[in-house]
Amino acid sequence: MLPIVKYLWLIPALPLLAAGLAALLKKERRASAATLAIGSMSISFLLALAAFLPTLSHGEHGVFRECFNFTWFEFADNTFQSASTVQLGWVLDPLTAMMLVMVTFVGLLIFIYSVGYMAHDENFTRFFCFLALFAAAMLGIVIANSLLLLFISWELVGLASYLLIGFWYHKPSAAAAAKKAFITTRVGDMGFLLGMLWLYSKTGTLLFYDGGNGCLEQSALIKLVAETTMCGMAISTAISILIFCGAAGKSGQVPLHVWLPDAMEGPTPVSALIHAATMVAAGVFLMARIYPLLSASADPATISTGLKVVAWVGSITAVFAACIAVAQNDIKRILAYSTVSQLGYMMLGLGVGGVAVGMFHLITHAFFKALLFLGSGSVIHGCHEEQDIRKMGGLRILMPITFATYAIGMLALCGFPLLFSGFWSKDEILASAHHWQISQIPFYLGVIGAFLTAFYMTRQMFYVFFGSPTVSPAAVADTKAKHSHNPHSSHSHEPATSIHESPPVMTMPLVILAVFAVLLGLIGTPAWPWFHGYLAGHSPKVDLGKLAEDAGLMLVSAVVVFTAMGLSWLVYSKVTLQKSREVDPLEKAQPFFWRLLANKFYIDELYEVTIIRLNKAFSVLSDWLDRTFWTGVVTMISHLTVGLSWLSRKIDEDLVNGGFDHGCDGLRESSRNLSKAQNGQTQFYFRVLGIAFVALVLALIWRAK
Amino acid sequence: MNLLTILTLIPLIGGAAVLSLKADQKDLARRLGLAISLIALGMAAFLWFQFNPSPGTNGFAFEERADWLPSLGIEYRLGVDGLGLLMVCLSALLVPFSMLASWKIDQNPKLYFGLLLFLEAGLFGTFTALNFFHWFIFWELSLIPAFFLIKIWGGPNRTQAAYQFFVYTLVGSVAMLLSFLAINVATGINSPAHIFDFRALAELAGNHKLEPIIAKLGIFKNPSTTMTVLFAGVFLGFAVKVPLIPFHTWLPSAYSEAPTGTSMMLTGAMSKMGVYGFLRILLPIFPEQTRAMLTPLLWMAVATIVFSAAAAFAQKDLKRMVAYSSINHLGYCMLGIFATVQLTGSQMNGPLEKEAALNGVILQMFNHGLTAAALFYFVGLIEQRSGGLRGLNDFGGLRKPAPVFCGLMGITLFASLGLPGLNGFIGEFLIFKGAFSLAPGPAAVSTIGLLVTAIFLLTLLQKVFSGPLRSEWSGWRDLTAGERLTVVPMIALMFVLGLYPQLALGVINPTVVEMVKQMSF
Amino acid sequence: MTPLTHYLIFSALLFCIGFAGAMMRRNAILVLIGIELMLNAANLNFIAFWRYGNTEAISGVMFTIFSIAIAAAEAAVGLALVIAIYRHRRTMQMDKFDTLKG
Repeated sequence: MLPIVKYLWLIPALPLLAAGLAALLKKERRASAATLAIGSMSISFLLALAAFLPTLSHGEHGVFRECFNFTWFEFADNTFQSASTVQLGWVLDPLTAMMLVMVTFVGLLIFIYSVGYMAHDENFTRFFCFLALFAAAMLGIVIANSLLLLFISWELVGLASYLLIGFWYHKPSAAAAAKKAFITTRVGDMGFLLGMLWLYSKTGTLLFYDGGNGCLEQSALIKLVAETTMCGMAISTAISILIFCGAAGKSGQVPLHVWLPDAMEGPTPVSALIHAATMVAAGVFLMARIYPLLSASADPATISTGLKVVAWVGSITAVFAACIAVAQNDIKRILAYSTVSQLGYMMLGLGVGGVAVGMFHLITHAFFKALLFLGSGSVIHGCHEEQDIRKMGGLRILMPITFATYAIGMLALCGFPLLFSGFWSKDEILASAHHWQISQIPFYLGVIGAFLTAFYMTRQMFYVFFGSPTVSPAAVADTKAKHSHNPHSSHSHEPATSIHESPPVMTMPLVILAVFAVLLGLIGTPAWPWFHGYLAGHSPKVDLGKLAEDAGLMLVSAVVVFTAMGLSWLVYSKVTLQKSREVDPLEKAQPFFWRLLANKFYIDELYEVTIIRLNKAFSVLSDWLDRTFWTGVVTMISHLTVGLSWLSRKIDEDLVNGGFDHGCDGLRESSRNLSKAQNGQTQFYFRVLGIAFVALVLALIWRAK
Repeated sequence: MNLLTILTLIPLIGGAAVLSLKADQKDLARRLGLAISLIALGMAAFLWFQFNPSPGTNGFAFEERADWLPSLGIEYRLGVDGLGLLMVCLSALLVPFSMLASWKIDQNPKLYFGLLLFLEAGLFGTFTALNFFHWFIFWELSLIPAFFLIKIWGGPNRTQAAYQFFVYTLVGSVAMLLSFLAINVATGINSPAHIFDFRALAELAGNHKLEPIIAKLGIFKNPSTTMTVLFAGVFLGFAVKVPLIPFHTWLPSAYSEAPTGTSMMLTGAMSKMGVYGFLRILLPIFPEQTRAMLTPLLWMAVATIVFSAAAAFAQKDLKRMVAYSSINHLGYCMLGIFATVQLTGSQMNGPLEKEAALNGVILQMFNHGLTAAALFYFVGLIEQRSGGLRGLNDFGGLRKPAPVFCGLMGITLFASLGLPGLNGFIGEFLIFKGAFSLAPGPAAVSTIGLLVTAIFLLTLLQKVFSGPLRSEWSGWRDLTAGERLTVVPMIALMFVLGLYPQLALGVINPTVVEMVKQMSF
Repeated sequence: MTPLTHYLIFSALLFCIGFAGAMMRRNAILVLIGIELMLNAANLNFIAFWRYGNTEAISGVMFTIFSIAIAAAEAAVGLALVIAIYRHRRTMQMDKFDTLKG
């Protein structure tokens, strides 16, 4: 075993250690906290690179894969051997290595950026502690060779994102968003947990790879595919769909996407880290990790139901979120919905084209979306915490570096042909969807999504960087003073001099990310699909002919992108020059649809009136049951007992005691009456005696006759 | 060496010693009480390290035996296995914690500390006894101090709460006592020896010999009806103590009216007596009856989990909320226990899953004791600092003036909702692992409880610690050094058990293996 | 010789007078006198039956003598009682002597 495999745990452990140490630091030790976090992340990055190198050469069985497993604890009779223990472990294969490099690299850049962005925050130390915790948990997901370890890290990622989204806890909206994020993802996690338990009970192990005994390996899969559940679904499919629930929660797939836009309440580096590079991608990564299980089906020729579900959910999410993004005005919310939409693409790619297609988009997206988020952070930072794109404008002159890098990110996201990485990864997804045997609808949904993406990103660019600056110095001063912004006093054409370019510590990461946003596309072009070969374990050759095969589709997607951008230009290039930007031209044209989109299809409201109210009602019912019903039953029993005692007391006092007393009283009374005859007068007795004697004599005489 | 007798005697004699102090020696009473509880803790720790059951003892160690009333089957018999030992350690751990939490009590502290020590003695006795007779004495003995602790030092509705608690529990105990007397009488018919010994009874039940013996009573024509009635009596005794819905209504008021330290003992240790009873007594002696009632029992556990979680969400009082969450957590234990009852026959991995679930149950008992006690401690601190307020909506933004308070309470809350890396997770994972294989439906429905638990615990965190700081709490004190010292060992233990559960499972597992082997299920 | 019946009728009348006196009179002395009259009626009967029966046997005379002696004693005790009661109660009225009533 390579030493790097054995020590792979160091990659998440170092940031974890940094987080632990930073948690103990005093608030004032700002520099130490940042140094700890960035230092640990740098070392992790170097280690990740060291882990990456051996995976480049693939072994005789295809991909390079080595794992290190150990027993965590024992929970049953050891006659069951390995089934009686819970084993954890880590694995090094191309999927892990690539993610490790990506996460540590993007993470490192975001850490550096945060030093500038959070410079004035009083809880700077705490922020780096949370960031490092997050990175550690994320890296834990990536290296995990056990579904349980993955789940543990998964939950810790949830915790870290909870802490980071709610970082500005004094804002009620941030606290609510943090809670919403944790709970929404936990809804999915319950599915994940059940899927994991089911898998565990069927295979007796949660290790992915364990020298042939792992749950993703042949013997386990054959067993899982053979058994079917009630609906005739293979167990492997049922399990993978349950696990997909977890992935859908983390990756913001419809209908569990609601937390992601709200999560923008967190500081922008958090948005970049969580909503671009890492956490949201964890769902896609999880699906890629369990791909053997997901795609397993009894008949190798058919596509498993699990893959179909993933593809459909992905394609619907892609269009759904893109629609909403069109009508948003908050710079970060637009990006958030675009993330949801892109995650849908990844799921779609994974579902229709396999691991490489989905993962390639994941990697390219991580870079350009991190770039966009950090760019938006730079914009927000420069505009003094303003996030409404209608109140920005003309920033291309004031913030040139931000503008240039943001434009690159935007073009990559739109899938601007040939030059940008987003084009290649998205095109590949569309190509795979086009070749999908089941249905063409996901393909069309994907194309519509691409159109919408190009449209809303162009719109955002116009609002933010073109036209004239609309934030007046007075308003800025006002903002600074009161931290509140009055939109009606901000329409001035004077140049907003206080808007400034961000410091180099923030722009440097932007530039680096921008470079990657362009170059990364080169490793996955149809002509030289190195990335696919790397994941699948073979080395592809350069073949320009492949480019021609897909040329038709590329042309279509290019036309779609150009049309969307052109359309957006037509609509918004004038608007941005106008004084009043409050009303969007599309809103004038289609007020109903606009409202529908601006309110996110009322999904939040729908949940509010259904699930949340149901939950409230249920808890009120439980409480009522408790306070009224069960307590009532108990009270009734107690009353019954009291009643019984009362009755028995009555019987005792009135019937038994009373009867006896009454009898005695009667006896006494009659005795008293009788004793009245004894009046003490001797003569009276004598008289009675006499009368009686006479009577006796008379009687005797009468008898004698 | 009568180690277990000594263990029980330490708090018993110590309690008497504390009571014999003069009324004005308040500080001395506190210190003496704490010292004695620490000695007991040391003794428990000593037992923990000495624990090494020799083969052939069914996993029991430190056994003691003395004749008492042999003709009635009454003997003084002590012993602990992994389960008993863990519970002894939990009780020993919680008493000093609870005493530190009650340090500020100024109304007759010597009585308070003395009663806590008597309570501890009752707990030790219950967890070490192996003969029904003195087991029952200790079982009831623990009830009396708890009653007075609530009655004298409780909140405004303490009297009602205390009576409710006492009467409720007593009804269950009496039902149980009657059942056991019936068994004792039955074993004495045409036989030289009455039996009160748990293990002897379990062995009879395991060999299907108990029912013919009970038949001699002739109460009902059908002996299995008699057994069911006896089962119901014992079941009631434990179900009230745990509690299972619908036998739980005493709990929220008792927990919320009791002073903090007592709530900690009630939820941390006394609720475990019920679960312990299920494992040690009900299941081994009445396996078939439990099995016959399995479906309703499982759904009762599910109802306990789901309804208590939902009810907790509806509470506006922090203490009541934590009380309901306590019911919820013990519901998982009950789910795990009932799931293991069913016959799996030769089905693959049946025993494995049962062992997983039972390991989870026992670990969960310990974990819950730790976490719930710590939660009550924190709620008590909030109440103390706010001058008696503990409504969910009375606070806001406390994280700003009290970051350490928030951090440590947050860790406890996350441990309670089963976050991996903290202690709560392993227990719940093992319970669900076993229960999901053995009873998939109830286990799947129970996950709703996990979800709702997250909702209300996070709501608590949000409402109390987040948001803008209310002006009236701007002078909120963070945890003092003493308070930190009190709670940090607990939290450290949460981390240790979360990361290295083998520490506890190493003791639990042999017991569980033995249990699964012994009982005919 | 006067037939026995006359004696008997006489003694019966005497008895009735005594009896009526004892029953009706309220004065205790007169009640005593009534009682004496009844005793004497009885004595008369003893003598009369003796005279007309076996005169050789003297049982009738003996009875009478005993009876007279007893009557004397009785009168003495009775009078003493009456006087004692009188001293105590200052009255001779028989209907006032009812301390033994129930």
